[in-house]
Amino acid sequence: MPDDNLVKISDLSFAYDERPILDGINMEIPRGKVVAIMGGSGCGKTTLLRLIGGQLKPTRGSVQVDGRAVDRMGHEELYALRRRMGMLFQFGALFTDVSVFDNVAFQLREHTDLPEELIRDMTLMKLNAVGLRGAHARMPGELSGGMARRVALARAIALDPMLIMYDEPFTGLDPISLGIIGQLIRKLNDALGATSIMVTHDIHESLMIVDYIYFMSAGRVVAQGTPDEIRASQDPFVHQFVNAEADGPVPFHVAAPSFGQELLRGVGNG
Amino acid sequence: MARGLLDLVEQLGHRLNEKFIRLGFATRFFFTLLLFSGQSFRRPFLTVREVYFSGVLSLLIISVSGLFVGLVLGLQGYETLQRYGSSEALGILVALSLTRELGPVVAALLFASRAGSSVTAEIGLMKATEQLTAMDMMAVNPIARVVAPRFWGGVISMPILAALFSAMGIFGGYLIGVVFIGVDEGAFWSQMQASVDFRLDILNGVIKSFVFGVAVALIAVFEGYDSVPTAEGVSRAITRTVVTSALAILALDFVLTSFMFRGL
Repeated sequence: MPDDNLVKISDLSFAYDERPILDGINMEIPRGKVVAIMGGSGCGKTTLLRLIGGQLKPTRGSVQVDGRAVDRMGHEELYALRRRMGMLFQFGALFTDVSVFDNVAFQLREHTDLPEELIRDMTLMKLNAVGLRGAHARMPGELSGGMARRVALARAIALDPMLIMYDEPFTGLDPISLGIIGQLIRKLNDALGATSIMVTHDIHESLMIVDYIYFMSAGRVVAQGTPDEIRASQDPFVHQFVNAEADGPVPFHVAAPSFGQELLRGVGNG
Repeated sequence: MARGLLDLVEQLGHRLNEKFIRLGFATRFFFTLLLFSGQSFRRPFLTVREVYFSGVLSLLIISVSGLFVGLVLGLQGYETLQRYGSSEALGILVALSLTRELGPVVAALLFASRAGSSVTAEIGLMKATEQLTAMDMMAVNPIARVVAPRFWGGVISMPILAALFSAMGIFGGYLIGVVFIGVDEGAFWSQMQASVDFRLDILNGVIKSFVFGVAVALIAVFEGYDSVPTAEGVSRAITRTVVTSALAILALDFVLTSFMFRGL
């Protein structure tokens, strides 16, 4: 019987050279759910996605996807797994030298031997799902930020993946586009029977669409719960984050010596 | 004083060490590229497309430059040769200068500036906008799909462009020498045909341009792939492509020439 969790992260640590990024992370992402990983900028969220996708190797601990450890996979095995994963990058990462249609058709052409008519129908279906069938002939440079993100979403789901990862899907979008992307993430996840992991710092949009939330700070999981539990949480970090307070467990100031001393030291001594 | 000297040696050692590490990366990158070239050969359209972008789009600059180099060679060559009463040898001078040296070297320098820089910019920007990472996450190897076709596109284009450069140069020499100055046409062509050796001159020129093609294309794709993914990083990578390519072409030319023409 398959495990209920599609992704299981156990005691995961990662460091760039000597600089620790993640420290002892434990997470479980159940099948069919949309899970958000939240935290301030630079807390290691994107690194975590790269570890799940096998682009980085952990310094300690393991990441299991569909019951197999990603960090122990060879090149071929990893590529076989990635064909069942979709990833939406922060700014879309569309191929700028080909049209919207060719962007979405890219994986179908690379990984299948389907005839061009069938690829055409499937690509238009995916574009229709994100409402951009009418823009299939445009070049990525002719799209607004929100439309580019939707095209990237259509490309990410081109092969009907079992796992979809979103890296900051809401960054830089107007409120309407933001709402559209949020709804699409939820709808597509349920329609495809997929599992979604969304790395974001947009708390209000996330609370509306996700099933579970992990909060990260300084490379650790500091809080977790369902949206209702998070709303009711008395945890100081969650409180600061949800209410967007400047100071709290996450300090406003970067660690520095006393301001008074620094001013007294004068120019040229610093 | 001694401390300053020590610091200097340390800095020099550090920089040298970095250069060697980068050279090591480039070598490993080259072997990876060769390893994944098979995959891209199975889809020749990808390489043909790059031959178009690197080669066909360089045709104009190569032809025009070749023509002008030939015109200058004709003028300068005639001016020197007529002092010794051997202006009929103009054909030999123009043809040998071009096929042995100027054709491969100048065409490669132009190719590095025209096509090499654009390949570096393209790959660098694809990296900066996460297109290469996205491709890798879609289980499509960027070395096989993006880098290898651009490398082979450059390698295939280079000898053809160098040959075109030489041909245009000879035509330029003919225009100046025969049409404008009035050197005997029969002597111009027949002396050229009699003196230019296929293996020694033409084939060696082709070998040179092939080696330059490998060097320029490798430098261009490596610098792009290894660039720091920011606007400044990409612009530095482009500069490095042009500078390193030029130095590599000139150094390799010296080495190749000393092997090829040592018995003469």
